[in-house]
Amino acid sequence: MSVAVLIAIGGLTTVGIYLITARSLSRIILGFSLLGHAAVLALLTAGGPPGAAPIADQTAPELSANPVPQALALTAIVISFGLTLFLLALARRQQTLSGDDLVEDDLEDRRIAEETAA
Amino acid sequence: MNQLMALTIVAPLLSAATGFTLRRHPRARDAATIVGLTVATIASFATLFFVRANGAHALNVGGWSPELGIVLVADLFAALVLPVALTIILVVEIFAIGQRRTAWGANPEFAGPLLGVLTAGVSLAILTGDLFTLFVAFELILVSSYVLLTHQGQRGQIRSGMTYVVMNLFASTLFLLGLAFVYAATGTVNLALIAERIPELDAGVRVGIGAWFFVVFGTKAAIFPLFSWLPDSYPTAPTTITAVFAGLLTKIGIYAMIRFHTLTGMEDLGPVMLIIAGITMVVGAFGALAQSDVKRILSFHVISQIGYMLMGLGLFSLAGTTGAILFLIHHMPVKTVLFLVGGLVENEEGSSSLELSGGLAARRPLIAALFAIPALSLAGLPPFSGFVAKLAVIRAGIEEAATPIVVVALVAGALTLLSMTKIWLGVFWGVDNDASSPVSTAPANRRLMFTATGLAVVGTLVVSLLAGPLFDLSQRAATDLRDGSSYAEVVRG
Repeated sequence: MSVAVLIAIGGLTTVGIYLITARSLSRIILGFSLLGHAAVLALLTAGGPPGAAPIADQTAPELSANPVPQALALTAIVISFGLTLFLLALARRQQTLSGDDLVEDDLEDRRIAEETAA
Repeated sequence: MNQLMALTIVAPLLSAATGFTLRRHPRARDAATIVGLTVATIASFATLFFVRANGAHALNVGGWSPELGIVLVADLFAALVLPVALTIILVVEIFAIGQRRTAWGANPEFAGPLLGVLTAGVSLAILTGDLFTLFVAFELILVSSYVLLTHQGQRGQIRSGMTYVVMNLFASTLFLLGLAFVYAATGTVNLALIAERIPELDAGVRVGIGAWFFVVFGTKAAIFPLFSWLPDSYPTAPTTITAVFAGLLTKIGIYAMIRFHTLTGMEDLGPVMLIIAGITMVVGAFGALAQSDVKRILSFHVISQIGYMLMGLGLFSLAGTTGAILFLIHHMPVKTVLFLVGGLVENEEGSSSLELSGGLAARRPLIAALFAIPALSLAGLPPFSGFVAKLAVIRAGIEEAATPIVVVALVAGALTLLSMTKIWLGVFWGVDNDASSPVSTAPANRRLMFTATGLAVVGTLVVSLLAGPLFDLSQRAATDLRDGSSYAEVVRG
């Protein structure tokens, strides 16, 4: 396993987690994209040593990379693409309703905050 | 015969596609949804009877070998949970059609078809024999639930929907990373093969994988301290949607946990699970006591009850797993019914707030009766199903000499009864505090709503009547689950 890939996974995860702790939904969306990349890289790394493109009848099986994690990664990419779009729609709606895209406090949190303040 | 279980996934998906196409024609759209869900439900019952008589069987989708392809496995555990889940969705859809035109009805164009997609995800999550398909099934369920929760685009729904989406998306990302770890460690994502290879792993890696997936499934199941998304998002959704979510979604999380952690024999995690289970029960029950709205009280109970199933799982004994399975089967219909009754109250009173309603028992005795039965069942009073399920879990705890958790479970049960009493006092007794409220002028089809709720209440009574056979079946399911080799044999065919 290449150290560079490992560092990349670690870096992407760190920045991703930092971003999703933000209040603004647009930052959260960026954070999830980075985390998604980290997960996909991790999946590919889990497949073992790199090799040639695993295309049937063109690459000798012993030279080709492990195709299973690639298939899994592809599925994961499609799913995270769809979810990013949904999050963007949510951010847009929040902006229309309240003028910003900040995640608001839970009702319960607000109630408790009011009671302790009073 | 083993093709039959695929029908529980394909039929709802087809009905969803038909429903989206026919969205301008309400009757055809509703009919498509109902037909799809009915076909799936019948297929799931047929699968249950087949599995009960002939044992578990598997379906290699597309004819690939289990190591590479998608495998659907109908073992007794899956076959037991599947009919319960599908029946619940069918009942809720009937209720939703009755309620459709009221202020709390979901957006009629998309609710039915989306429910179809959600159903397909639920069936897939229950039947799948590999971890990656489980991930896809979770996404299918979550994506449709995100849309169901927020598609009306009201402010409160967007607010609570954001917490819900962000928390669950984070759990999904952790799931994906966990898949990479599992694949790196075992070279497969097939559950049966993972179960075979995991004992050979280093103890640290094994426990690490177990703990990782405990967090992943725990977030979906809303255990302490990962439940923060639940109590705020559930009550803001339309009642029918909340009923499905409360009855099913967290339960699919705990189902996946029972399957994964029992199959891979994660006994090292047992003590941690028991501690978390105890805290979850108590925090949920106290949270419920502090609320003053029927739907919010019930949402906190969803959390509290997950604790009991986690307790059964955490004991890692045959009796414990049996109890957890039985509790799961009891809990899904009971929770759904309570939310449906909450919907009926809203329809009568214009609100599900305890302060704004009252005296409903005199005006609508039928609603009171429909509430009382599942409420007593949830609190675990005999002769209802909750009593049998709680007894099974608590007896398993005593067998394992886990006294602290048994005491906590009993105390949480008493607190549950207390908050059910609170609903009863606030909604059904006393006087109506807000005479101007009734919204029942809305053209809801009340007969359909009452029929659906009544059917569901009868369903919970059937669970308690069949407690003996269900206990035996749960025990058989637990035995199979704990003995990974029988599962592996089925998958290999």
